[in-house]
Amino acid sequence: MSFFLDPEVTMSNKLMEMIYIFIGLMVVYTAVKNLRDKENPSRIGTFAFWFILGIVLAFGRWMPSAVSGALVLLMCVPAILHKVKKGKTDPPSKADTQKAYEAIGMKIFIPALSIGVFAVGAALTTNILGFSALNGVAIGVFVAGGFLFAFDRKNTPVMLLNDSERMLSTVGPLSMLPMLLACLGAVFTAAGVGDVVASLVERIIPAGNVNVGIVVYALGMMLFTMIMGNAFAAITVMTVGIGAPFVLAYGANPVVVGMLALTCGFCGTLCTPMAANFNTVPVALLNMKKQFGVIKNQVPIAIVMIIIQIIMMIMLK
Amino acid sequence: MKKDHRIFWLHSGVVLRQLSRAPENKKETSRKVDTRMEYLKLLGIVIIIVGFALKLDSILIIVAAALVTAIAGGLGPVELLETLGSNFLANRSMAIFIIIMLVTGTLERNGLREAAAALIGKFRGATSGLVIGIYGVMRAIFAAFNVGFGGVAGFVRPVIMPMVEGAVTARGKKLQEEHLEELKGMAAGMENVTWFFGQVLFVGGSGAILVQNTLAGLGYEVELGSLAAVEIPVCVIATTLTIIFYYLKDKRMLKKYD
Repeated sequence: MSFFLDPEVTMSNKLMEMIYIFIGLMVVYTAVKNLRDKENPSRIGTFAFWFILGIVLAFGRWMPSAVSGALVLLMCVPAILHKVKKGKTDPPSKADTQKAYEAIGMKIFIPALSIGVFAVGAALTTNILGFSALNGVAIGVFVAGGFLFAFDRKNTPVMLLNDSERMLSTVGPLSMLPMLLACLGAVFTAAGVGDVVASLVERIIPAGNVNVGIVVYALGMMLFTMIMGNAFAAITVMTVGIGAPFVLAYGANPVVVGMLALTCGFCGTLCTPMAANFNTVPVALLNMKKQFGVIKNQVPIAIVMIIIQIIMMIMLK
Repeated sequence: MKKDHRIFWLHSGVVLRQLSRAPENKKETSRKVDTRMEYLKLLGIVIIIVGFALKLDSILIIVAAALVTAIAGGLGPVELLETLGSNFLANRSMAIFIIIMLVTGTLERNGLREAAAALIGKFRGATSGLVIGIYGVMRAIFAAFNVGFGGVAGFVRPVIMPMVEGAVTARGKKLQEEHLEELKGMAAGMENVTWFFGQVLFVGGSGAILVQNTLAGLGYEVELGSLAAVEIPVCVIATTLTIIFYYLKDKRMLKKYD
């Protein structure tokens, strides 16, 4: 409680902490709903994963970090053993959504767009109103919920919670991937992996030339993403190993270089069968004859975009 | 998390410049590597690359890489747990996608997809290449608001492809197999390009938060709004380029019918 009363803590951080508690409780709801769901083939594992995650998200601030670290490891166990499953969900039928469309129509775009509008609004006015961008996201969610309830009284908080449980259970533990990758990046930094990579790369590329560093960083992002099929996994490794020591350490703008590096990685995603969800699953879904029919249409775009982004990084650094 | 306000927006909101640059002292600490044992620290990276390339369980790969790296880096068990715990906490902002899910499913239930189909349906009568282009614009704009319509399975196959095929057959032509194959590839390609480069415009998306947190771990504080602003020209260029490229390709293939 002292945290919320502390005048030193900014309002946006207090609000953020409340948002984390809310998110944590949503996740705990997912845990309990699945525990009580007789149709879930793995009730205990599913419960353990979501429950631990929810507790760490909601109350992690007030735990010793070793305890939350142990909980994070423990949470990964059922996920690794594939014991986190989806139970009974209640997806809307075609008839439901068609009926809702006939009643609500194009007005549905108002709540759909409100999250982004509030996020941008909060980001642009942080200095005046004091809300952070992520505060804005959460406010936008509640505004969207209000609109949905106004459109149709069936859209109660319980309906929202159950639908969010359905979404969360459908994406499953893999939704935690970006977060775990970010943690891994931090472990790399703490262990000094970046220094070792830098000492190796230094033998090949001349240190001190930021432009060469940018080219290696950008192409490395593309190549690593092609090998791993995941730009999120590439960005942590590449930024710690190449981006920081060879580009950012020489004063390049971290906003431009760090962010464009991610979309350089996306150029790699466009070119690789490793990104199965985007490049090979659609081939099957659309009954295409050629296995690389999607990738072939993306490679020219990816090549032009990587060149444009490298030029942008060099010019705006 | 203490943020400084080094970054300000110019009126357009697109161009931004940093007043003060990141710390310069990184250079000194980053190159005292002499013992061979140091190279063991790279095992974590090897595990990540090999693991993802072999399509092993993603969470297993990450946990294994973290444990191995921590041991090679000389972190004790308690230090390891503390590092993991404090970093998980530092990265909680990424969990924001969960609160967004509070409305995603209910939006779908209330006819969002049908509304999107009706919206693009207004463009019946356009050529096949143009339909794909219009979908690209729509997809990119909505991606910037983190709104999706169901991807290839949920939207391209049931809504876009029938429109695209209809655009050819409505002109009294029988769709050539090779043309159909390319149209499918272009529709899926448009879906991917606009989603990738559009989603980074959403302030609060996972990609930008991952960049923000990775940079924070290295000592650079950046704002999500500025990260999104950098991507605006990239998204506009990528979307425009793809539309033109696919439009010309389709036009060339349509000529074969004459």
